[in-house]
Amino acid sequence: MKDISIVLSGEAGQGIQTVEYILTRVLKNSGLHVFATKEYMSRVRGGNNTTEIRVSSKRVRSFVERIDVLVPLGKNATERLKERITEKTLVVGERQFIEETNGEKIVVPFLEIAKQAGNRLYVNSAAIGFLSGLLGADKNVLENQIKKQFEEKGEKIVKENIQAALEGYKRGQELSQRIDIIVEKNPDVREEILLNGAEAVGIGAIAGGCNFVSSYPMSPSTSVLVFLAQHKNNFGIVVEQAEDEIAAMNMVIGSWYAGARGLVTTSGGGFALMEEALSLAGMIESPVVIHLAQRPGPATGLPTRTEQGDLNLVLYAGHGDFPRIIYTPGNIEEAFYLTQRAFNMADKYQVPVFVLTDQYLVDSFYNLPEFDLSGVKIEKHIVKTSKNYVRYAITEDGISPRGVPGYGEGLVRVDSDEHDEFGHITEDFDTRARMVEKRLRKGETIKKDIVDPKLIGDEDYRTLLIAWGSTLEVVKEAIEEMEGVALLHFSQVWPINESIKRYFERAERVVAIEGNATGQFANLIQQITGFRIKDRILKYNGLQFSVEELRKKISEVI
Amino acid sequence: MKLTDYINQEIAWCPGCGNFGIRTALMKTLEEMNVDPRNVVIVSGIGQAAKMPQYIGVNMFNGLHGRALPVATAIKTANPNLLVIAESGDGCMYGEGGNHFIHTIRRNPDIVNIVHNNQIYGLTKGQASPTSLKGFKTPVQVDGVILEPFNPLAVAIALDASFVARTFIGDIEFTKEILKEAIKHKGYALVDIFQPCVTFNKLNTYEWYKENTYYLKNHDPTDRELAFKRATETEKFPLGIFYINKNKETFEEAARKGNRTPLYEYEVDFNKLKKVIESKRS
Ligand SMILES: Cc1ncc(C[n+]2csc(CCOP(=O)(O)OP(=O)(O)O)c2C)c(N)n1
Ligand code: SF4
Repeated sequence: MKDISIVLSGEAGQGIQTVEYILTRVLKNSGLHVFATKEYMSRVRGGNNTTEIRVSSKRVRSFVERIDVLVPLGKNATERLKERITEKTLVVGERQFIEETNGEKIVVPFLEIAKQAGNRLYVNSAAIGFLSGLLGADKNVLENQIKKQFEEKGEKIVKENIQAALEGYKRGQELSQRIDIIVEKNPDVREEILLNGAEAVGIGAIAGGCNFVSSYPMSPSTSVLVFLAQHKNNFGIVVEQAEDEIAAMNMVIGSWYAGARGLVTTSGGGFALMEEALSLAGMIESPVVIHLAQRPGPATGLPTRTEQGDLNLVLYAGHGDFPRIIYTPGNIEEAFYLTQRAFNMADKYQVPVFVLTDQYLVDSFYNLPEFDLSGVKIEKHIVKTSKNYVRYAITEDGISPRGVPGYGEGLVRVDSDEHDEFGHITEDFDTRARMVEKRLRKGETIKKDIVDPKLIGDEDYRTLLIAWGSTLEVVKEAIEEMEGVALLHFSQVWPINESIKRYFERAERVVAIEGNATGQFANLIQQITGFRIKDRILKYNGLQFSVEELRKKISEVI
Repeated sequence: MKLTDYINQEIAWCPGCGNFGIRTALMKTLEEMNVDPRNVVIVSGIGQAAKMPQYIGVNMFNGLHGRALPVATAIKTANPNLLVIAESGDGCMYGEGGNHFIHTIRRNPDIVNIVHNNQIYGLTKGQASPTSLKGFKTPVQVDGVILEPFNPLAVAIALDASFVARTFIGDIEFTKEILKEAIKHKGYALVDIFQPCVTFNKLNTYEWYKENTYYLKNHDPTDRELAFKRATETEKFPLGIFYINKNKETFEEAARKGNRTPLYEYEVDFNKLKKVIESKRS
């Protein structure tokens, strides 16, 4: 086995996240490629949560159904995994937890190891050690990582945890010699970074000059708010947990008015409340950056699960016509670059810019080369006003120079009512029409800056797959060995060029792959290009696509 | 730059409306205090009262119904050097924006919150507002208002707002002096102004306000309990400064740790950012 999928399963509160955190770092720092993704229930204690950790000598970035090693950390921990456990699955752990499952069962007394090291609480360290040994991770790296984790708790606790981990390590190593697990290490991997989608969005925001965040907590978007709060003092960012999403969005728009670079982070239900203010941004031509991490709806839906069901929401939110930009990062790198870009585009075009992610993307992590900051620039478009400054000058490209109060000799006057060039309320029909046209012209100008879709796979394709957002890496892996198949992936879904039609015309068959029930993006493509995508692979049970499932479904349609 | 630069515009208020007096009082206040209009932002919501910034030559953010306070808070935070005034009607500030009213008081940004309290909805042509008195009949409240009126002053004092005052626009000079105090005060300052709506509110007229109000005399505004008691009086409504608490940190001071540099001058420290990224290595 060279590409191993490990699943840890247990109750919320049992520390699976900590195991995931430490283990992925131990493996990565030992030179192994890792990928981790979790799925969890909407509760703080109990229930059943799992995390999948893939380890490989090649880059891995997507979820697989297959479980090579399963570690149940409690009773009933395997119940929801039954279909994924085969006779090839190695099930390891306490006798009582592995008793009733399929697969090859191997008893590893984690509790015993922990107790011998000093405390039953060290089971997680024993499990981390065991898996590190099984996968041939570096023993020193393991020791260091455990030390780092428990340093604050004092020497004794560090020492005993290390002891538990090392005993686990020994058992893992023994087992790895019995079965054939060989994952080749690559020293370059050690130099790479390891982070999740939410952190990438947060770092991207800082790199975009974000200095104001106001939001109301809602899973799965909260992690971005937390990340920025953790770094606020370091960078001088204003972070406010607003009384509701309505206030959050209005605050962020107010911040841009005064020259800040503001962000809201939310999910579908929260964004629904921000819709009113989105329309305000459209009317007063305020820049605003919105990170929306999707989860299944309608309403409260499945709070901790994933879906790509909010495309129509962000596409059509707000009353009246006004331009906007929607980015849909496909992976962690794109989450960083596109969030950074969102701030420049918002500033340049004075429109709302969305970064549309989902639970799967924000909660998954893997190792990747360091972000390249050399091309990253903060483009500021604010002008110093002159005495006769008018906020809504009618221009050919639709963009009116944006001033901020207190900077220059002029006054900055914005109005949510229809207004004239001065920003004054007007009910004049001609002025109204001219302003609508100006705003829409700006929407055309934006098209100069479209992030084009990427074609991946066989250039000489007969089948063309269409995907957007976080499905990128899964589809990529699913079609790796398929001939005549290519993927056209969209990291920007609005605006898009009609000319993308040329890709469809070359294909015998076009198939849309989306994590929603109706094919929202396929419908959008039809609206723009007139091309109807009949074949659609859709998933909407709350989970992301797996590689195997896509492989099967794609083979069925081609 | 003059505050009256926008006076030539046609003013869309009914003749005799109390809004004119508030405009006069506010302009005089700003002029007498010698503030540079370029450093003033008036943020308003929607309604007749909310049209105020249209008619004064300062920076203006005429936003959404009920949403002036979050916007004003953000502007003050993004640039603490600006004088920020959030101004709108009672429906806007206490009805649609009621939640923001509560939480803005808790935040305590250094802004002035002027509320035109005409005890009715003007722009939508005469429905009850949160401050309409019980029994008050309108085309919607056909049997008369059945709800208890909202008491903005009592709520503000209960939340330990840092400055709480009420005036009546029948007395422009008095209103002006209170506005000056509100502007000078560091922290959130509520100035609720009784303002007759001569078109739709035939109950709360100039005469009615004159008869049903009195000036607070020998009142100690630092005594919170006393202030609260005064705020709950309804036999006659007291006018003046009810409550002042000078010992509160403002939102922008706390949120920015005293930094007053406008955020438009902000530069990202890319070396620090590199370190954050590098920290993801182990
Ligand atoms: C979200 C929303 N709801 C309703 C309205 C309609 N509306 C406009 S003004 C107003 C009430 C204004 O009353 P008040 O704030 O007391 O101001 P006044 O006109 O009396 O000065 C309402 C309900 C609106 N513009 N937006
Ligand atoms: S409707 Fe009432 S509040 Fe509005 S302008 Fe006329 S009198 Fe004034």
